Amino acid sequence: MENRITRLASNFKIDFRILGMIGALIILWVVFNSVTGGRFLTPRNLFNLSVQTASVAVMATGMVFIIVTRHIDLSVGSLLGMLGMIMGTTQTHILPDLLGIGHPAIWILTISVGLVCGIAIGALQGWAVGYLTIPAFIVTLGGFMVFRGSAWWITHGQTVAPLDSTFKLLGGGAEGTLGSTLSWIVGITASLIAVIIMLISRRKKSAHGFKVPPFWAEGILAGCAVFLIMGFVWIMNSYQLPKGAVKRIYEVKDLPIPDHAIYHGIAIPVVILLLVAIIMTVVSKRTRFGRYIYATGGNPEAAELSGINTRLLTVKVFALMGGLTAIAAVIASARLGSVGNDLGTLDELRVIAAAVIGGTALAGGAGTIYGAILGALIMQSLQSGMAMVGVDAPLQSIVVGLVLVLAVFLDITYRRKTGQ
Amino acid sequence: MENQKHNGQTPLVEMKDIQISFGGIKAVDKVSVDLYPGEVVGLLGHNGAGKSTLIKVLSGAYQKDGGEIYINGEKATINNPRDARSYNIETIYQTLALADNLDASSNLFLGRELMTSMGMVDDDSMEAETRKIMNRLNPNFEKFTAPVSALSGGQRQSVAIARAVYFNAKILIMDEPTAALGPHETQMVSDLIEKLKADGIGIFLISHDIHDVMKLCDRASVMKNGQLVGSVNVDDVTDDDLLSMIILGKNPSENKSA
Ligand SMILES: Nc1ncnc2c1ncn2[C@@H]1O[C@H](COP(=O)(O)OP(=O)(O)OP(=O)(O)O)[C@@H](O)[C@H]1O
Ligand SMILES: [Mg+2]
Repeated sequence: MENRITRLASNFKIDFRILGMIGALIILWVVFNSVTGGRFLTPRNLFNLSVQTASVAVMATGMVFIIVTRHIDLSVGSLLGMLGMIMGTTQTHILPDLLGIGHPAIWILTISVGLVCGIAIGALQGWAVGYLTIPAFIVTLGGFMVFRGSAWWITHGQTVAPLDSTFKLLGGGAEGTLGSTLSWIVGITASLIAVIIMLISRRKKSAHGFKVPPFWAEGILAGCAVFLIMGFVWIMNSYQLPKGAVKRIYEVKDLPIPDHAIYHGIAIPVVILLLVAIIMTVVSKRTRFGRYIYATGGNPEAAELSGINTRLLTVKVFALMGGLTAIAAVIASARLGSVGNDLGTLDELRVIAAAVIGGTALAGGAGTIYGAILGALIMQSLQSGMAMVGVDAPLQSIVVGLVLVLAVFLDITYRRKTGQ
Repeated sequence: MENQKHNGQTPLVEMKDIQISFGGIKAVDKVSVDLYPGEVVGLLGHNGAGKSTLIKVLSGAYQKDGGEIYINGEKATINNPRDARSYNIETIYQTLALADNLDASSNLFLGRELMTSMGMVDDDSMEAETRKIMNRLNPNFEKFTAPVSALSGGQRQSVAIARAVYFNAKILIMDEPTAALGPHETQMVSDLIEKLKADGIGIFLISHDIHDVMKLCDRASVMKNGQLVGSVNVDDVTDDDLLSMIILGKNPSENKSA
């Protein structure tokens, strides 16, 4: 029996960990849905869930690389707050004075400033870890306090608002979506690309004479992928825009207000997350940089002996984390429409928890991008679900904390069983 | 005898007065060894004698505190493993130096990945190459997609050997390459050494097995407590001579030839 299951799994080239995570997610969703009387699994709530997950999930992909190389970054929440403040000030106080209020280049210049600052600060922390060999725990614990304090200094504690109107679209409000037509196009394109990639990889493997999984197995896998993508688009395209929002949007654009219903489609922050996910997956699996990250995490000495400059690698990994934190700061501040002092508070813990629930081993060397994103989705589902049910905030913390420990325990047990 | 054998030839490697210490302890103390093309030089000595440390200076893992290295008669600067690789020095480390979480082919090509025309890591081609070379070295090897942590000690050693052999080394360092191998696999490594030797590759072989050394090596250098006891032609000495060099630090050639 066991044998048959393993053979089946190897046919599908799936590891049980991801199946377990998807199973846990489905159970969570079904339970919350029944407890809330069907309010959880609605297009509206799933749309909100996707938007709420985006910021933490973007950072979690970077945290995978940090943890894989046996480091940790405790500063991402504070850094997000500080970068949010920098970008908020840039777009509301500095650029309007230089370019004029509402200038169309404000949002992109703002994001560039955020990215440059994030990457530079990340690189600086990476340099302290890699070259000065100060433990990452200490460097980023210092950063955690320095950045939160600096964020306060930038505006002396004042909330920055209102943000640039184009910038705010990146937060995924009623207007910050692709709309239904574009969402369908994106869904179909993504499905096609997924199938084509599977076919190409299959052809290449056969060309080298390797054993490939049976065609039916990969066919089912491809079918699942297409089903998930199109299902997601369908749900996002079922969430109707309120009449008031439609009226407002079309009036601003000077268009006649349509009679038929208008739907949200995929939120822009989710599009950003998907792009980040694809790029980070390619980096981790298909580039030298990614290969060296995993090699260094698996055996730093072996990596050095293979000629890998592990110090410089550390700088790059932290710089990447800084850049992703800047992207997350864009999403988080754009979603709120303002930047307050507490932006990003506790995010470092959410991000680390997402990566770890997603199967990233703190011992280093193991972790996947899709796992971390699933981890972020599980965490957010848990929190949103409990909030919807009306669980008190302190009890929410207790549950999330226990789940984190339980998830890591299961992961360790799984690894021991499979000998990985 | 030795001088006649290498008459007129420049040594492939010449390590002169190499010195390195760790926190005051002289792990290698003014040791000089050399290696000619097509020759196998055995490095012998008790545990902690400094053998691994000496060859790690050559492979770029350690930076020497003193002494000089000449490759083909020219002074060489080896500050890191990349420098050593650029001199076609390949090393099988005693610790194997494998990233346990990666599969055999990722380890074999670590730092020298094959890339597609798009600039992406080409895992399929690397696996195909790995299958080819493993077929030659260890035909029983089958676990190509598993992380090397799932391999046996001998299988792991095969991967480390394959990595050193694949990249056309001119100078090969083998630090106890057969420690974990079964008799059949050990025989295959012996055959491999003979073949590489015939191709004109110079090999430093660290081993505790005197019989192996007597069988495979042309010369042997013995170390004790970080110092060189002496270098001898293997044909000129007996097992017991080598043993007394290792244990007592006595050099028989001092009596015989002068
Ligand atoms: N990185 C290091 N730091 C401190 N001391 C070291 C280091 N590497 C080696 N040594 C010391 O240098 C000496 C020589 O060690 P080395 O590993 O070269 O011995 P060896 O001859 O290879 O022994 P073995 O036969 O056990 O492999 C030992 O006393 C060892 O403790
Ligand atoms: Mg040794």
